[in-house]
Amino acid sequence: METPADYLQQIPHAAAVGMTVVRHDEVTCIARVPYAEHLVGDPDTGVLHGGVLTALLDNTCGMAVRAPGHEPGSVAMATLDLRIDYMDSAEPYRDIYAEAVCYKRTRNIAFVRATAYQDTAENPIATCVASFMMNTPNEPRQ
Amino acid sequence: MKVLQELRAAGRGQDMQAVVEMIPYARFLGIQVDQKGNEITTIMPFKQALVGNVNLPALHGGVIGAFLEMTAVIQLLFDTSCERLPKTIDVSIDYLRSGRPQPTFGRAIVTRHGRRVANVRSEIWQEERSKPIGLSHGHFLLTPI
Repeated sequence: METPADYLQQIPHAAAVGMTVVRHDEVTCIARVPYAEHLVGDPDTGVLHGGVLTALLDNTCGMAVRAPGHEPGSVAMATLDLRIDYMDSAEPYRDIYAEAVCYKRTRNIAFVRATAYQDTAENPIATCVASFMMNTPNEPRQ
Repeated sequence: MKVLQELRAAGRGQDMQAVVEMIPYARFLGIQVDQKGNEITTIMPFKQALVGNVNLPALHGGVIGAFLEMTAVIQLLFDTSCERLPKTIDVSIDYLRSGRPQPTFGRAIVTRHGRRVANVRSEIWQEERSKPIGLSHGHFLLTPI
């Protein structure tokens, strides 16, 4: 069985930003993006761009919806809505983490909240809520 | 941002292509700016590193969010005289269609520009402007000069 970490390596953008899974259980997922020069949003301060957080939060929320150890590509879903509040600037030269909890799954929609942080989840740099449409088409388009 | 101050001092403060070239993450995504008079369109050519679903294939949701946010910030820098990058306070993203392996275009409107906070709406599309793939509404903190 493939681990979620392997699964992330199959997502080109997740691999390109260096995203890895730290922990994944039935309803929660923690993932990490290591600090990297190509992800910097402000060259004066070296702080990572907000878009990196968006990608990490979106992907971590998506993984929290799926149970760990699922077959990659077996459950297709699409982000419907993502809202992010930025509480604090990320500190440069440090990795960022996101912890997502899927608190409700219905037949069609899954609801997730997540926190991005550098030290602990109690000291967030961003929080987010997201909803996902379940069982979307997953075949190559004509 | 130093480069912004230098460009403003040299009278090229509205050269947004020069600004995005100085942002490593914008270079990583491959974002370009098409500037016609006072109209700004952002362009993100397709590349494999932007993909989030290899089966369809479709652009990563984070890439769509990042491009919407970048489009908003570029419009805000163009419309205002701020010399530092605006800080995102919050952003709300609607995903309308999956992003295909094609170039994506973006436009933004500063709906309100206060002394400290600006409200910006962004829209991105691919083949047809009338079929946006993503919309966003964000609040940005404008740090005083």
